[in-house]
Amino acid sequence: MAQRGIREYAAKKLLSKYINEYSSRKFQYKDEVALVSPENSIETIAEKNNWIKEKHLVVKPDQLFGKRGKHNLVLLNTTYDEAKKWINERMGKVVEIGKTKGPLTHFLVEPFVPHTKEYYIAIKTEQNGDKIYFSETGGVEIEENWEKVKEYFVPILKTIEDIELANINEKIKEFIKTLHKIFVDLDFTYLEINPFAIVDSKIVPLDLVARLDDTALFWDKDKWGDIEFPIPFGRIFTKEEQFIKGLDEKTGASLKLTLLNPKGDVWLMVAGGGASVVYADTVIDLGYGKELANYGEYSGNPSEEETYLYAKTILDLMTKEKNPKGKILIIGGGIANFTDVAKTFKGIIRAIREYKDKIKENNVKIYVRRGGPNYKQGLTFMKNLGEETGIPIEVYGPELHMTRIVGIALKGER
Amino acid sequence: MKQLLSKETQSIIYGKQLKAVQRMLDFDYISQRKIPSIACIIDPNGSGIETAFFGSKEIIIPVYNTISDAAKHHPDATVMINFASYRSAFETTVQALDISTIELITVIAEGIPERKERIMEVLAKEKGKIIIGPATVGGIAAGKFRIGNAGGSVENLIASKLYRSGSVGLVTKSGGMLNEMFNIVARAADGINEGIAIGGDRYPCSSLIDHLLRYEENGEIKFHVMLGEVGGKEEYKIVEALRDGKIKKPLIAWVTGTCAKIFPTEVQFGHAGARASGKQETADAKNIALKEAGAIVPDSFDGLFEKIKEVYDNLKPQGIPGKIEEFTPPDIPIDYKKAIKEGIVRHHKEFITTISDDRGEEVKYAGIPLSQIIEEGKSIGDVIGLLWLKKKLPEYATKFIELVVEIVADHGPCVSGAHNAIVAARAGKDLVSALASGMLTIGPRFGGAIDGAGHYFKWAKDNELTPKKFVDEMKKKSTPIPGIGHRVKSIRNPDKRVELLKNYAREYFPKTEYLDYALEVEKITTAKKENLILNVDGCTGVLLVDLMKSIGFTNEEIEKRINAGVLNAFFVLGRSIGIIGHIIDQKLLETKLYRTPYEDVFYTLPKEEEL
Repeated sequence: MAQRGIREYAAKKLLSKYINEYSSRKFQYKDEVALVSPENSIETIAEKNNWIKEKHLVVKPDQLFGKRGKHNLVLLNTTYDEAKKWINERMGKVVEIGKTKGPLTHFLVEPFVPHTKEYYIAIKTEQNGDKIYFSETGGVEIEENWEKVKEYFVPILKTIEDIELANINEKIKEFIKTLHKIFVDLDFTYLEINPFAIVDSKIVPLDLVARLDDTALFWDKDKWGDIEFPIPFGRIFTKEEQFIKGLDEKTGASLKLTLLNPKGDVWLMVAGGGASVVYADTVIDLGYGKELANYGEYSGNPSEEETYLYAKTILDLMTKEKNPKGKILIIGGGIANFTDVAKTFKGIIRAIREYKDKIKENNVKIYVRRGGPNYKQGLTFMKNLGEETGIPIEVYGPELHMTRIVGIALKGER
Repeated sequence: MKQLLSKETQSIIYGKQLKAVQRMLDFDYISQRKIPSIACIIDPNGSGIETAFFGSKEIIIPVYNTISDAAKHHPDATVMINFASYRSAFETTVQALDISTIELITVIAEGIPERKERIMEVLAKEKGKIIIGPATVGGIAAGKFRIGNAGGSVENLIASKLYRSGSVGLVTKSGGMLNEMFNIVARAADGINEGIAIGGDRYPCSSLIDHLLRYEENGEIKFHVMLGEVGGKEEYKIVEALRDGKIKKPLIAWVTGTCAKIFPTEVQFGHAGARASGKQETADAKNIALKEAGAIVPDSFDGLFEKIKEVYDNLKPQGIPGKIEEFTPPDIPIDYKKAIKEGIVRHHKEFITTISDDRGEEVKYAGIPLSQIIEEGKSIGDVIGLLWLKKKLPEYATKFIELVVEIVADHGPCVSGAHNAIVAARAGKDLVSALASGMLTIGPRFGGAIDGAGHYFKWAKDNELTPKKFVDEMKKKSTPIPGIGHRVKSIRNPDKRVELLKNYAREYFPKTEYLDYALEVEKITTAKKENLILNVDGCTGVLLVDLMKSIGFTNEEIEKRINAGVLNAFFVLGRSIGIIGHIIDQKLLETKLYRTPYEDVFYTLPKEEEL
């Protein structure tokens, strides 16, 4: 797939597992970090981890969003009982971070480490190598002190050992080297520790953000262990989205559905990953973003049954609530490479037949555009369906470019 | 600057992608290439040859095991199209980069880790080579060279005029949008000159700008079309090149993914690279930057067509896109299989079958899916019923068949079948050879009496011969009655196996008319000589006739089956179990070569004077 965020908890677990080995035993990071979730309460965790009751703690949500301090979501230097209470008060509570709302479900718990100085390090990937940022003035004010950040570049064909890390003390130099080796070897694509502290000559990561390249799973599954790639914060799937997600996971084909505005009157059902984005773009670029109900894609040669279920889900959603203006369904697509267009339309046609009464009651107009193998037959099927059911269906092939039907449907342009 | 892809360019295909091979050759044919665009195939699991069509002519394509071997034999092949999976694409691409004759590599696989991609990219640049991809369908140099499957079906190649060169240079991120863009460019202008999809990953090995700069050097290309995508900073390199005056030809550009802004949470579209980290990577920001730098940017994807048309219509009167020599591309002969499917041709079948069909989801025996047979808990008797008699047999019949198979399964090592098999096994022959050696002794004297008994007793009874008359008739012909007589067993020392069969049939068969008749015959023969009993072959033969009658076969149908060897088949099937057992036994015992001892052979040769 791509770069995927992992929990701070998971990243710290990886560090504690590998830092000793990758630093030739120079560093250690004790495996004292826990993740509280709806399935795993702090009480259960405390049964196996004595440190939770013995040490002072830090608690914060661990759900791939930042600026937790600013949102008053970090509890510092606390006791087990206070931590428990704090988590219980917040578990399941909906919070708003930036533009995104979502429930709190996961909390990281770790020992509180008193420290004086905060350091900053980040490693990110660029086309030709990895960029390392380091600063002795880390923490929340890193952006204000950006001019103090030192930058180092490790070209992709070199290793960190080939790079001169000027003006850094030996201990931190070793730490940076170790961290970059882990970064490379475990296919991290982003790693930011802000801040970390040096306490009793030990390095302690305090706050951390990380992403892995999940395409490396084939090579790294032993190193990563059972790593979780959580869905982005605030992403809650509706029943229908969940259903399509389930279909998608079961097949080699691709079936995607994101509801944007269920009350919207423009619905999309588009063949192809690239084309589906372009259709959604065009609706928005023509000024109808508020009316766009969904983002929808089917591709990779789904079976008739799969396209039927997919179309049925969308038809069901769009005929739930009537709109006096009527509604528009765009069955779009580019020019297929080798997919038999007539065949993929069969499932959609079956669903439209089944929903024909509801479609008419809701005053839905359907616009079809597609090209590729056997497209003429596919379009004829669609035309005939319109005549058979009395549903207004307009049908176009490659003689019209792909997004033209968006303008025709929305503005009545010809 | 020499063009990477010309009408003479030849390629090496990594991976046995025979469909892609044929598609490339079809493109060659309609583009009127003189030589095929494919020099050879690399198959890591084998070598030899493949054949494919160049028009209606079949050509041989050599297959090599390794890249170095392929390159050594085909030093003129400058392109490698790498269809290796995401697991091996990196290693094979790095190998190909080391081969001096290969200048361009296209990597099709999706899902290669970013670190590996970045290494490939840098290695390629160091060696002055170009990698297209990964995660791409490739692209086309119209009328010159097709990379793999780019462009889709032949109908689409023709509709978008990809068989001859136009004057537009196209580069996109998305491979899926390539066909649509080919179509738009063919309608709004005079068609594609070269169109490349760089692939949807975050770190493609060649970037949008790399290809645009290549197009700048290509005199046939008069203007550019670029389709970018949300995520990454690729498009800013174009902005820079526009500012630096490195792109002089008109550039029409659009970045897709403007819809990302209305998604409630961070969204990752289908492509690995299609996610904006930071405002700069959004489609809107990139579209604005491109426009400010001098690219022609429409208000939406929908406006691309108009902008391309405007630029073309503007350049045309200036004679910048020259006149294109149009021609009608030759038709590709339709594939035989496709023609059959479409009902365009017809053809006599060479084979006919009525018992088994393996073409669908699962094999069917006499029309019944195997899974149904298993789910209903059917036995081997049922399967034999379906495949030999094409009938769903009642339980008494299937049990009887199994009884017969069990009874005839073996009769010790001394009978000719087992004996031969043992001798062959001891000579070191494999199981199949030893089995065949044993089975080939089955015939009129060994095992074959089942057929004979079935045949003669049925003939006699159907012709209403009295048992006495039948015995006399056979005597007249001086033919021993098949199925009558045993070496040691007699009326007072009956054969256990015969008793088992008789008892079963008497209890469960609706009728045993042929058995009854045979037993009447036995009364007459045993009166003459005690060991002239109805033996196991005879009993099996007549009971199988009774069975076929009771499940509804007509006399004629039964005779046809007897003549086809159905009765004998029960013995063949059953005995093969025993013979296989003997062979396995001998192998495990590691017995040595058998040689008949001299003392067991009666040597009596003629004397010379007798000759």
